[in-house]
Amino acid sequence: MKTKKTSRFFANNSALLIPLIAILLLVIFNLFRDPGFFSVSIAANNNGDPVLQGNLISILNGASELAILSMGMTLVTAASGGQDISVGALAAIAGSVFVKVLKGGGAITGSTVLLAVLACCAVAMLFGAFNGSLVAFFRIQPMIATLILFTCGRSIAYWINGGATPTVTSGIIDGIGSFIPGIPIPTPILIVIFMGILFALLFRFTTLGLYIQAVGINQGAARLNGINAVGMKLLAFVLLGVCCAVAGVIGVSRLSLINHETLLINIEMDAILAVAIGGNSLGGGKFKLIGSILGAYAIQALTTTLYAMKVSSTDVKAYKAVVIIILVVLGSPVVKEAMDRLWKKLRTSHPKDAGKEAA
Amino acid sequence: MKLFSKRADGTRREPMTDTQLLLTITICIFVVMYGLAILILGGGFRKPQMLFDILNDNAFLIIISCGLTLVMITGSIDISVGGVTALVAMVGVMILNGNILWIEKLLGSLHLQPETIPTMRIVFALLMALLVGLAFGAVQGFLIAHLQIQPFIVTLAGMFFARGMITILSVQPQKAPQALMDILQKRIDIPWLGSLNKRGELIPARMEIGVVAALVIVILIFLLLRKHRLGRSMYAVGGNQQSALMLGVNVRRTRFMAHLLCGLLSGIAGFVFMMHTGAGNATNATAAEMNAIASSIIGGTLLTGGVGSVIGTFFGVLTLNTIKSIVITSGLSEPWWQSITTGAMLCLFILLQSLVLMRKKQSKGKKKRQKRGKGTA
Repeated sequence: MKTKKTSRFFANNSALLIPLIAILLLVIFNLFRDPGFFSVSIAANNNGDPVLQGNLISILNGASELAILSMGMTLVTAASGGQDISVGALAAIAGSVFVKVLKGGGAITGSTVLLAVLACCAVAMLFGAFNGSLVAFFRIQPMIATLILFTCGRSIAYWINGGATPTVTSGIIDGIGSFIPGIPIPTPILIVIFMGILFALLFRFTTLGLYIQAVGINQGAARLNGINAVGMKLLAFVLLGVCCAVAGVIGVSRLSLINHETLLINIEMDAILAVAIGGNSLGGGKFKLIGSILGAYAIQALTTTLYAMKVSSTDVKAYKAVVIIILVVLGSPVVKEAMDRLWKKLRTSHPKDAGKEAA
Repeated sequence: MKLFSKRADGTRREPMTDTQLLLTITICIFVVMYGLAILILGGGFRKPQMLFDILNDNAFLIIISCGLTLVMITGSIDISVGGVTALVAMVGVMILNGNILWIEKLLGSLHLQPETIPTMRIVFALLMALLVGLAFGAVQGFLIAHLQIQPFIVTLAGMFFARGMITILSVQPQKAPQALMDILQKRIDIPWLGSLNKRGELIPARMEIGVVAALVIVILIFLLLRKHRLGRSMYAVGGNQQSALMLGVNVRRTRFMAHLLCGLLSGIAGFVFMMHTGAGNATNATAAEMNAIASSIIGGTLLTGGVGSVIGTFFGVLTLNTIKSIVITSGLSEPWWQSITTGAMLCLFILLQSLVLMRKKQSKGKKKRQKRGKGTA
């Protein structure tokens, strides 16, 4: 009975196989390369607080922005069947607004930070709604609609900053970017968990997830069933806007400064990659949020592994490309079919299993 | 053109296809925009050299966009083109500098006279450009067409690979020797399009060799799409893969060929880029893929496939870069204005196209309903 259950689990979640295999391979590879790779230790940081350190923590910490963005990207992909390539630019805009508000009102206290976060969320939602309305009302393909913001987003961020890269120094900002005193876990990891729980609750207690899938699978049919297809697409983009704002705030807080050119650069490509590696179809429809998050961690694990192997940061891309290609070739429908055929052949040649199948 | 063609009985005009409609809009907007720039801004825009400058700077972009248009017509996408262009430029400059050892050994074994070796290096650089482009196109095409992997992922990996290879080859920016660049940067003078300078001397309009290559490629691709079987099947595959398959089109081969050609064209674009700049650098042709996609879209190619024309793409490149020139000449000197206005114009074009297509669809629907209504009555 138990085997039946597990096999059913894998049939239902076969999409999760790719990111899980990717992470597993990376873990095994790293354990062979350096058995102490995943050791986690507690050390004192600059402020003298005990904090967790180690490669595992740095992978989980470094992938935070990517994981958050990939959640939003999954929703947009599922609802619209296309991808948003403006997330990096939008995060830069949100970060600029965040810093602008912080700089505007004298001393930085808890309430000003809260205000700044709310302001940058609002702005990012507005831009998300702009992207969303182009896609939903004007039926423009998402990649083209978001190309507009991709082209000019970072310049808008530069404009908001007034042609500078301002810095903010505050204990609270450090708390968001690295560690809250007394808690040994990096704060970005906590924020990812918080966002994950938020989305999980959203899908558990509302029909949002189901509706988004319905719109993605067949918009016309969804509309005829009384689902507001236009609204669903718009909502997906607005939610992605919130994710961008959160990612932007984390990115700014890490460095305590906003640089419109380098903040979360090229992250749009990684976010789309995370969605694809997570086993979600880039053509829309059914989605698994957890797959995308696992995909994000797989990408970060790969990057960290390469850094640990002394690959220079500019060369990492080439190695990453090779691994990505190997992964997607293994996951491609043609190769999967061939593997299935091989598997069946092996099973039929095995007399015990063959008898079971006949029965 | 079909725009004015009539049916055999001479009673009604044939409706324009989506491709022709979008192409007409693009050309009209370009002409109006350039005309307004001449009238209002004057200055540099009155001289034909302005147009040639835009062409000189963007010859490589025209070539990339042509390849991308082919891929987009088949309903696929290739975002590795910018990376391949930069990689080819880097490889080319390194060959011209004599930094690639096996080519130097090959040249040494040919027993050439010392003065022909630099010219042979140019030949080898061109050959390598074509080879690298074809290799990228073939691998990506195989993965996309035969293994049915999502094109975005494959070409994204291609972009990463190309960009990573550049820094693996050389972290430092490379510069080609001046003597060879003098050969490569020869310009074609067109005296009858020249303009008088302040002293009253005639300065002929100058065009680079890369522009000629780009124009030839535009014409070749135009003929391929119009007349050749492969081009027609690209439209068929992009329009509807299932029905193309049923009509006997070899879908896999068509998609593979589109990616192969796109790779080859990005290789040529890389060589043209090297001819223009003479430098190999990791930041070469940054965001060229997005500019190429934007140009194709402004030119009326749809990402969903089946609709598009290479002439439109050519005008798309011109339009995109005319906007940039207008922003620069009109004195908006802050660094952010250029991309903000480009974004705004892009928004305008995209909205316009979508509105036109939506209206056309609606009127089509109305006609159908009217016909049906008559039938029942």
